[in-house]
Amino acid sequence: MHAQTDCLSCHSDITMQDASGNHVGVDADTFHSSVHGSLECSACHTSITAYPHPNHPQAVKCAACHADEAAAVVGSVHEHASDHPCTSCHGTAHAILPKDNPKSAVYPLNIPATCGKCHGDAAMAKQHHLANVYPQYMDSIHGYAVSQEGLLVAANCESCHGSHHVLSHTNPQSPTYKAAIPATCGKCHGGILTQYMAGIHGKAMASGNQKAPVCTDCHTAHTIARPTMAQSTPVCGSCHQAQLSTYRDTFHSQVSNLGSYVAVARCSDCHGEHEILPASDPRSPVNSANLVKTCGRCHQNANAGFVKYEPHANPHNRQLYPALYYIRLFMVLLITGVMTFFLLHSLLWLIRSLIEKAHRGSVKGDK
Amino acid sequence: MPDQRISVEESKLPEQAAATSIKAQEVHPERFFTRFTLLQRYMHAIMFTTFLGLAATGLTIRFSTNAWAQHFALAIGGFGTILFLHKFCAVILSLEFLYHLQNIAVRILVRKEKGLLWGPDSMVPNLKDLKDIIGNFRWFFGLGPKPKLERYAYWEKFDYWSVFWGMIIIGFSGYVMWFGPFFGKFLPGWALNAVQIVHGEEALLAATFIFSIHFINAHLRPDNFPMDTTIFTGTQSEEEFKERHPEEYERLASQGRLDQQATTKPPTWLMNFSKVTGFTAVLIGVLLLILTVSAYFRE
Repeated sequence: MHAQTDCLSCHSDITMQDASGNHVGVDADTFHSSVHGSLECSACHTSITAYPHPNHPQAVKCAACHADEAAAVVGSVHEHASDHPCTSCHGTAHAILPKDNPKSAVYPLNIPATCGKCHGDAAMAKQHHLANVYPQYMDSIHGYAVSQEGLLVAANCESCHGSHHVLSHTNPQSPTYKAAIPATCGKCHGGILTQYMAGIHGKAMASGNQKAPVCTDCHTAHTIARPTMAQSTPVCGSCHQAQLSTYRDTFHSQVSNLGSYVAVARCSDCHGEHEILPASDPRSPVNSANLVKTCGRCHQNANAGFVKYEPHANPHNRQLYPALYYIRLFMVLLITGVMTFFLLHSLLWLIRSLIEKAHRGSVKGDK
Repeated sequence: MPDQRISVEESKLPEQAAATSIKAQEVHPERFFTRFTLLQRYMHAIMFTTFLGLAATGLTIRFSTNAWAQHFALAIGGFGTILFLHKFCAVILSLEFLYHLQNIAVRILVRKEKGLLWGPDSMVPNLKDLKDIIGNFRWFFGLGPKPKLERYAYWEKFDYWSVFWGMIIIGFSGYVMWFGPFFGKFLPGWALNAVQIVHGEEALLAATFIFSIHFINAHLRPDNFPMDTTIFTGTQSEEEFKERHPEEYERLASQGRLDQQATTKPPTWLMNFSKVTGFTAVLIGVLLLILTVSAYFRE
């Protein structure tokens, strides 16, 4: 404490500046209540051992004590940041608080705002070719839980991206790399991870299929959409295009498009959500043995005959659905035929009527 | 032109022309003839009202990806309302169809009205209709005179039978969808898919046909423009009768039965009511037609 007192005898003047105009004053009270408040000044300012001290002391090296954290920053996306790699997140050097202090810049509830200082800046995001995800996160269920509900367990930036060793999602070592996403989300959503890994998507992902969807493909990374609602069909349909197209032809889709007030079957209602199983799996809700039960969730009195309805039939496919193909063809020809005949009939009639009218008019005119 | 004609007639009768113009009608009463019974007019009214309801809600369902469909659905209370109104109109129209069948059956089986199944007053197509079609096309191309039509022109019979067939097809397929699990007990699986295609496409035909061809033929073509109100008032003027159904007019005249059908001119309120009703229905129909055609060709 002696050393502090000695230093603060000059530096407690917070307006103090050196010859180059740098602020060198320290708010003694703030510093004392900071996490480093019990340390002597020379613990960080190692080049200053006596008074008078050199005019240009060496820069403080946080790494001297925080070696692990400093090492982690090396190789991360923030390694070459123009701002100080430590204070830009942890705050002013003499006011750093422990991370469990609610006033700390890295307290879980404050992390989004801290990261948002840079990442909420649209110009900065553009400059670094990043999506401006801060507003998306803040409006998401995670952002809401943090900012409105004050939930310490809710996912903040660090929960998914890490802290000192933040890597690009294109880096296979990153927790946000596609193959790592299920494990990253699964840190909190353990039950869903188990279901997902047992389903066809999880198995495909585990077998190295890069096209298999992980959590963020359906839920998005920062918005955290809930595709169980009306948005589910385009989400699933972004991969399953043929199935989306045939779904669009059905009554299910029509109800879904028009009615926010009516429950109707969307992809997940029949196929399940996280543990999606192929129809050949006896445990799948769309296995033929389970259809009466699955369809029966909405259609009371569903029976073996009723569930023979093909919800993804394609009347344009003659090989698979010949009956539907020819019925549709007949109907289209009927419409085309009837409308063509009568439109022609009306058109000729109109022309003849106008000719007659003109003729009658000219006859009258002659008289 | 009619004004000209009247003035010519008035000039022939100078002493009467001198009378006040208010009395002109009493001096030259226009003769009117009954074409449709009150029952037939009510049947048509119920049918076009429920048909417009069915079309407005059905086309909204059929073209549910269109913004206009979604806005309309939202405006009237979402899909629940759409489907309720669709079924509501469907039940009323079905009951009307059943009543019509019962009416036909009684007239054929009980009252033994032979003219209903065959002859000039029948809706059943006959050889004259074929001749009229050919004759009309010849007339269109200036190759012959305008055919003299009987009580029901061939396009009117087509209207009737296409509605008749449409009711059976659209109605049956609609009830199969409504009561899917019940019909699933005895229909093959593909039939449940087929009814949706048939229902939608046949209804599309019905809507586009009624909202273009029927409107033009029955209400909007130059001879009838701007609105033929016969189905609303039940009557046609003598001039209209002779112009539209000359064969029937001459037949009745030769049989001396013209007087049986003679009636008074419909009151002004009925004429106005008919025009307003007719135009409203036509406007709704044409709006639906535009939306339908644009949506259909964007699919």
